Amino acid sequence: MTNIALSAAPTAVQGTVITPRREIWLSLKANRGAMAALCIILVVILSALSAGVIAPHGPYVTDKEHQLLPPAWQDGGLAAFPLGTDKIGRDLLSRLIYGTRLSLLIGVIVVTLSLTTGVLLGLAAGYVRGWVDIAIMRVMDVTLAVPGILLAIVIVAILGPGLTNAMIAIAVANVPHYARLTRAAVMNELTKDYVIASRVAGAGTLRLMFDTVLPNCFAPLIVQSTLGISSAILDAAALGFLGLGAQAPTPEWGTMMADAREFFLSAPWIVNFPGVAILVTVLAFNLLGDGLRDALDPKLKR
Amino acid sequence: MPRFILSRLLMVIPTFFGIIVLTFALVHVIPGDPVLMMTGDKYLDPARHAAIMHSLGLDRPLYVQLADYIWHVLNGDLGTSTQTKQPVLTEFVTLFPATLELSFCAMLFAVAFGLPAGVFAAQRRGTWVDHGIMGASLTGFSMPIFWWGLLLIVVFSGELGWTPVSGRISTDFYFEDGTNFMLIDAWNSEDEGAFTSALSHLILPTIVLGTIPLAVIARMTRSSMLEVLGEDYIRTARAKGLANLRVVGVHALRNALIPVVTVIGLQVGTLLGGAILTETIFAWPGVARWIVGAVFQRDYPAVQGGVLLVATLVILVNLAVDLVYGVLNPRIRHRR
Repeated sequence: MTNIALSAAPTAVQGTVITPRREIWLSLKANRGAMAALCIILVVILSALSAGVIAPHGPYVTDKEHQLLPPAWQDGGLAAFPLGTDKIGRDLLSRLIYGTRLSLLIGVIVVTLSLTTGVLLGLAAGYVRGWVDIAIMRVMDVTLAVPGILLAIVIVAILGPGLTNAMIAIAVANVPHYARLTRAAVMNELTKDYVIASRVAGAGTLRLMFDTVLPNCFAPLIVQSTLGISSAILDAAALGFLGLGAQAPTPEWGTMMADAREFFLSAPWIVNFPGVAILVTVLAFNLLGDGLRDALDPKLKR
Repeated sequence: MPRFILSRLLMVIPTFFGIIVLTFALVHVIPGDPVLMMTGDKYLDPARHAAIMHSLGLDRPLYVQLADYIWHVLNGDLGTSTQTKQPVLTEFVTLFPATLELSFCAMLFAVAFGLPAGVFAAQRRGTWVDHGIMGASLTGFSMPIFWWGLLLIVVFSGELGWTPVSGRISTDFYFEDGTNFMLIDAWNSEDEGAFTSALSHLILPTIVLGTIPLAVIARMTRSSMLEVLGEDYIRTARAKGLANLRVVGVHALRNALIPVVTVIGLQVGTLLGGAILTETIFAWPGVARWIVGAVFQRDYPAVQGGVLLVATLVILVNLAVDLVYGVLNPRIRHRR
C-alpha cells in the first residue's frame, strides 16, 4: 500500500503514458472475476436507479387473484409475474428490483458511517500515539471482542428494530476494522522520508495528517470498503431475517425471506429468489474487493 | 517466554474491564424510562415506579451502580433473568454446552475440509481445480447462512428425509443429569439409537455454521502455502530429492500453518456470531438463540450477562491463539 502516488511516477510504455490510476484499471481489467463482478454491480445500480420504470408492478401492490403464483416457466405461472408472487399476491420480481435500492443504500450508508469514523479514530491514534492511541485502540479491542452481528443485535435492541437503527448498529460494529487498518497504514507512512520532507517544509499537523499521509493509506481502505459493502448487505439481511432489521412490508431481501419462511416447502421461490439476489450481490462485491486488492497492491495479494 | 505470556495476560485485563463497562452502559443508554421499558407498561404508579427503581438499584449515582456491577461480575453474579427468574450465569452454563458442541463440530468440519482444499488449490495454482476451489469458497463466504440452512433443510430433510429439521436429539430420548453435551450423553446412555439420533441432528447445523470458516480457512491456507512454496528452502528440499508429499506436507505446511492458526482463532468470534442464525434456524437450544430471545423479551440482565460472557470467551480464545502463535513463531515472542 506504500505510496501509490510516489512509486508510480508516470512511465512511458510504447508512447502511452501509464498513470497510476490507469495502471490499476488495467490490472483490474485483466481480472475476469472482477470484471464480471463490476458488470453485476452495474446491473444492480441500474435496477436501483430505474426501479420505478423497469419493475412490472409496484412493490406493495397486492393481487388477491394471484397469490403464491409460481415463476412464469413453471406450471401455473403467468408471464405478467415472471418470478411468481408471494402470499398476498405481490410480484416477486418487482419487490426484488425495489430491494436493490435498499441493499445499495445499506451498503453505502454503513460503509460511509464506519469508514469516516474509523479513519478519523485510526488517524488520530496512529498520528498522535501516546494515551490517545491506547484509549482509542482499547475501545476498538472491546468492540471487536463482541461478535459483529451480536453487537448489532444488542444495539438494535436498545434503539429499537428498524432499517435505520440496523444500519447504525452494523456501522458501529464495523468501525474497529477501519480504525485498525488506518492506524497501521498511518504508522507505516509516518516513517517515510516524504513525510519528514513535508514536515521540514513547514506543513502543519492537520495538513500532514489529511493531505500528506492519509491519501497514501487509501489502498487498503478502498479494499476494505468494498468488502464492507458486502458484509453490510449480509448483516442487514440477517437482521431483517431475525425480525430486527427492516420491517415488513419493506422489500428488503432478508425481511422478505423471513416473511416467507412458512412457505419454504410449499412455495420455495418466495424464499429462494431473495436468497439468490443476496448471494449474487454479495459475491459481486467480494469479487470486486479481491480484484481491487490485487490491482492496488501486489503485496496484499491473497 | 514468561515475560511474553505475562505481557499478553496484562493486555487482556483492560479489555475485560472495557467489556464490563460496555455491558453496563448497554442498559443505561436505553432511551426512555428503564422501568417502563422493562415492565412494558405505558404508565406506572409513581410509588411503584420508585420501588422498582430502588429494587433495581437504579436510584443510586451512576458510579456507585458501576462499581456495584463490577463487584458483582467479579464475584460471578450476573444478575437474574427477568423472564425465567433464574441466575443468568446458571442459564448460560446450562445452555453453553449446546453451543460449544455445535461450534466445535463446525470448526472441525471447517478445518477438515478447508485445510486440504487450500493446500490442494495452492499446489494446482492457476488450474481449473484452483479456480473451482477458490470460486466455491468465495461463494460460501458470500452465502447468507440463514438461506443456506433453509436450502439444506429442504434438500436433506424434506426431499431426502435423511436428517431431522430441528433440535438436538429425537424427543424419544431424555437424559437427566447429563453433561449437556448431547453426543457424550447419548454415547453414555444405554438407549439404542440415541447416539445416531444426536449425530444426525448435528449434521446440518454443523455444515451451516462451518461454511464461512471453511471458506476463510481454505483461502488463507492457499495464500499462505503459495507464499511458502516459493521460498528457497522448499527448492532446497526438492533439490535434495525429497518426495513431493514430504516437501508439501512437512516442510511447507508446517510454516504455512502459522497464519492459518491465527485465522482459525479469529473465526471463534465469527462462529459465535454465526451461531445466532444457525441456532435460530435449527431451533438449537444454545446460548446464541437464548441471547436473541432475551433481546426480544427485553430481558436486559440476560442480554448483559450473555454479551459479557460471549465477549469474555472471545478474548480468552484470542489470548490462547496469541500464546500458541508465540510458541509456534519465536519471532513474535521476541519482538517487543
